[in-house]
Amino acid sequence: MVKGIENKSNDQRPFEPSPPFAIEAREVNIAYGARRAVLDVTLKVPEHTIVALIGPSGCGKSTLLRSMNRMNDFVNNATVTGEILFRGQNIYESGADPVSIRRQIGMVFQKPNPFPTSIRKNITWGPKINGYQGDYEELVETSLRRAALWDEVAGKLDESGLALSGGQQQRLCIARAIAMDPDVILMDEPCSALDPSSTLKIENLLLELKDRFTIIIVTHNMQQARRVSDYTAFMYQGELIEYGPTDEVFETPRQELTRDYVSGRFG
Amino acid sequence: MVKKLLFICALFCVIVTLGIVFLLLEEAVGFFQQVSIKEFLLGTNWAPMFEPRSFGVLPLVCGTFWVTFGAALIGLPTGLGIGLFLNDFAPSWLRNLVKPVLEILAGIPTVVYGYFALTVITPWLQNLLPSVEVFNAASAAIVVGLMVLPMVASLCDDAIKAVPRSVKEAGYALGATKSEVATQVTIPSALSGIIASFILALSRAFGETMAVTLAAGSTPKITLNPFESVQTLTAYIVQVSTGDTPQGSIEYKSIFAVGILLLAVSLLFNMLAFYLVKKYRTVGE
Repeated sequence: MVKGIENKSNDQRPFEPSPPFAIEAREVNIAYGARRAVLDVTLKVPEHTIVALIGPSGCGKSTLLRSMNRMNDFVNNATVTGEILFRGQNIYESGADPVSIRRQIGMVFQKPNPFPTSIRKNITWGPKINGYQGDYEELVETSLRRAALWDEVAGKLDESGLALSGGQQQRLCIARAIAMDPDVILMDEPCSALDPSSTLKIENLLLELKDRFTIIIVTHNMQQARRVSDYTAFMYQGELIEYGPTDEVFETPRQELTRDYVSGRFG
Repeated sequence: MVKKLLFICALFCVIVTLGIVFLLLEEAVGFFQQVSIKEFLLGTNWAPMFEPRSFGVLPLVCGTFWVTFGAALIGLPTGLGIGLFLNDFAPSWLRNLVKPVLEILAGIPTVVYGYFALTVITPWLQNLLPSVEVFNAASAAIVVGLMVLPMVASLCDDAIKAVPRSVKEAGYALGATKSEVATQVTIPSALSGIIASFILALSRAFGETMAVTLAAGSTPKITLNPFESVQTLTAYIVQVSTGDTPQGSIEYKSIFAVGILLLAVSLLFNMLAFYLVKKYRTVGE
């Protein structure tokens, strides 16, 4: 279907992680109008792991990530073909409800984007509109604790989330995503707007969250991918060039393109 | 050189403003020498032309209130609705159709709106309710509501457009529907701009002259029935200044007192807008 894909995947057998999978992309193509952003990507994400999507700017990694909870629905003339399976169901089949999918597949964005309201309401809003029946106070505390933010904000839950520092705001956004108790959390370069110490905090946090959630993280930062991820997928010009255990992708890449990229020769 | 020229331009606007205020005050002082401020503000009978004369402004305030209130009832929610719809719901072809139509609506001279009220809205109201008078507050209110609609819609549209896409996306990513995001994320985030548009609209409706003079009539009275003829503050000024009122007479002076009241309330609206916009400014750096 797409020139160049066949010989790439033929010269070596693709990496096969072991099931169960949280997300499984099958021959996914994504285009914005006539411009094709993701080409024939097949990717299996095992449960309770962290998968890093790396690649140079414009390689389609964010587009792929956003297709996994149908956030691309809001982009005009974005078309997705192929299948993305979540719990074995194709989230693009007719009748699939994007709203309920997003309840189970949360997202953290590149720039911290708390709601312009109190810290508490930032956490409770999502559960509230989805009819959460439990104890909200408890939910706020657990979510903030899991996001390693509780100690810093415990006394000021009614203050605006916008008054926090950038790193704290991003952890608030993670807490907000956690509060929904999703299966998967998608992260789109969550540390790119943060300073190194906030970045470190969030990386440590991700390693802790792995027990409860599956995390797919897009990152520009190769050191970050190495530090936090179990598996790494390298994309280039819309194609998935290589996917495998992070150590292997960085130390013994199978593809020359991957080797050039992870050694910093381009990108 | 350019700096001086620009300074003169700026100075010009200050001088004009001061001049207008001074003129209003000067004539109004003459009025208040004959009528006490208390009688003017609290009196319930407005009969400036006939003996026994009476200068209680409340009937005019009542007429203005009906028109402003009714216009707000129609213009504000509809305008906000249009702004929200254009941003978050309308397909682009519809947006491209509605935007220019709104601009045309905003460009229609107010006297045409007045005609429209008299010849279309009033007969339509009379059709629904035969007791409606030819001149009535409701018809004026409806037409002023339509008049402020494009302004509210356009300002709300701007305010809503300024809500960062990322904040809306945060809402969607938490499993919110489009309408939940629109009402619970977008509107609160755009609140300061929305409030500003509302108050500007109120202020505009409050000061609107031509259409209400044509549609609402010239019967100063305190009434709870919006389907009766009333007179607004502005319509009274028109009535006196277009009639053959001799300069220097008390009814001539009275229009300046009414003018001061209009100015004061408009100022109040603007200050309120300023305060609320500051208070609810949540978006932006």
